Amino acid sequence: MAIEFSEEAQKEYEEICKHYPDKDATLLPALHLAKREFKTATPEVMEYIASLVGVDPIKVLNVASFYTWYPKEKEGKYVIQVCSTLSCSLMGAETVVDYIEKKLDIKAGETTADGKFTLKKVECLGSCGTAPVMQINDDYFESLTEGKVDQILDDLK
Amino acid sequence: MEEKYFLKNKDNPESKNIDFYVKNGGYKAWESVLEGKSPDEVIGEVKKSGLRGRGGAGFPAGMKWSFVPKDSDRPKYLICNADESEPGTFKDRYIIEREPHMMLEGIAIASFAINCHQAYIYIRGEFVYGAKVLDEAIAEAEARGCLGKNIMGTGYDLDIAVHRGAGAYICGEETGQIESLEGKRGWPRLKPPFPAVVGVFNSPTVVNNVETLANLPLIFNRGADYFAGIGPNAKNTGPKLYCVSGHVKRPGLYEFPLGKNLNELIYEDCGGIRDGHELKAVIPGGSSVPVLRPEEIDVSMDYDSLAAIGSMLGSAGAIVMDDTTCLVDSLLNLEQFYAHESCGQCTPCREGTMWMVKILSRIEKGQGRMEDMDLLDDVAKNINFRTICPLGDAAAMPAMSFIDKFRDEFEEHIKQGGCPIQKDKSIKVPNADA
Ligand SMILES: Cc1cc2nc3c(=O)[nH]c(=O)nc-3n(C[C@H](O)[C@H](O)[C@H](O)COP(=O)(O)O)c2cc1C
Ligand code: SF4
Ligand code: FES
Repeated sequence: MAIEFSEEAQKEYEEICKHYPDKDATLLPALHLAKREFKTATPEVMEYIASLVGVDPIKVLNVASFYTWYPKEKEGKYVIQVCSTLSCSLMGAETVVDYIEKKLDIKAGETTADGKFTLKKVECLGSCGTAPVMQINDDYFESLTEGKVDQILDDLK
Repeated sequence: MEEKYFLKNKDNPESKNIDFYVKNGGYKAWESVLEGKSPDEVIGEVKKSGLRGRGGAGFPAGMKWSFVPKDSDRPKYLICNADESEPGTFKDRYIIEREPHMMLEGIAIASFAINCHQAYIYIRGEFVYGAKVLDEAIAEAEARGCLGKNIMGTGYDLDIAVHRGAGAYICGEETGQIESLEGKRGWPRLKPPFPAVVGVFNSPTVVNNVETLANLPLIFNRGADYFAGIGPNAKNTGPKLYCVSGHVKRPGLYEFPLGKNLNELIYEDCGGIRDGHELKAVIPGGSSVPVLRPEEIDVSMDYDSLAAIGSMLGSAGAIVMDDTTCLVDSLLNLEQFYAHESCGQCTPCREGTMWMVKILSRIEKGQGRMEDMDLLDDVAKNINFRTICPLGDAAAMPAMSFIDKFRDEFEEHIKQGGCPIQKDKSIKVPNADA
């Protein structure tokens, strides 16, 4: 097998296993580690996870495809997820999306040609009191305005 | 109650550290439970406190725990539901990030009550920072001997693990969550059996919301009677977090006893509707509950008062809409959410949500027909109560209530062949004086 977790991730995975009476339950945690280690859930990655957890590769595919969190295609270095659900929509989420689309010259769902940004519309991020809201990779950005969006995106190298 | 419980340390960034928490009386409740009470006594106290589930359904916590069979020799599990994905809701995130020990102490007390030695916190995948705060808080608590093996020398062991979700609303539903925790698709299970009897890993399992569990230290520090004295009546007790979003001057998180008046919350605490506009509609308890008209909001935000007027307290996430809002558009936004989040197991939910999106889209675009009103209502009624899990009802209830209460606006779209509302889609971040 060509790919493997780093030593650090392997240790983490072993620690995770200690909390579960049934190894199947470590599938989601293993996929989270895989996302950190390999970014995309390619067939090769899924086969590796299957062997690690001890389940059929088809089960990994079946489960991973249910969740929106595991990208099947390569995404940009920064994945911008703008919440478009009601509370954010009331506060101007569509305008935020339009603004970023123009600024990056892509449509929601696309990645910039240089591979730096992917823009996505997502559902409620659990931060509706500070709408409009977006998440970029692991971080939340709240109470967005055009000026704030400029600043945030311009700061990303 | 002037005294705040959840938000008392709102301005203190130290609140998440164990030193701060312990200095302010943290883990004393857990100690008193471990050293002086039996599981039955703990359940009895919680029943007496009147604590009801804060995750949406309002089921009495003590009663839920008492359904866990005592004679079963299978291990028992507790899952703290930190999936927080009901649109309009952002209260658990505060507790997770700012008061993680309040939550861990609550998990410990609930675990003891059901004789559980392995608890999980199922946290939505997007809360990366929250998961980190919890991991650190667990490590701190273990280092102090508040969690882990042989806690406080009593011989009681409790391991708490943070389990991250992966972007599926349905994993907030307790049986979908259990399936997901087992490493499967988050497909809800048919009930019965209820999780308290057969839950995760084929074992008795209690699923409780973050806020529900975070109330427990208060109950065991101040007593069940004290807790029962907070709120409007014996069936609606304790402090409550209220989330307000949308077109108010000061959206955000507020704390009051259960039974806060919704009108007061909007017009006094949140400063009212933004200038130059009027209130049009409020969804009081997260996106899944029936909408209210302006003349209905003089209501106590508690389980029974909202139910009495045909809505629900739900997750206490009030979404406020002013006169620039098109309600066809708002309902379409919500139904797109439910159509996307339907897990697809039940035909009425899978197909019905999709049909509602189609019908609403054409009404909004001005291509609707008068028959569409009855069709929409019919589709919603055919979903309601006919599915495996309550997501179907959650999708149906907003539709039925929007049509019932704002029928004129839908019909106007159809008659005019387009949207009659001057929508305001601009970005409107309120002044940061909240
Ligand atoms: C579609 C759906 C989504 C739900 N999402 C959540 C959630 O994000 N958080 C939560 O605590 N409960 C959620 N619930 C409610 C749970 O099923 C369950 O009732 C709750 O966690 C029980 O905890 P409690 O008794 O402490 O309220 C959801 C229910 C449904 C039907
Ligand atoms: S009601 Fe919807 S979400 Fe719930 S189990 Fe059925 S299809 Fe899945
Ligand atoms: S609606 Fe955008 S964070 Fe909830």
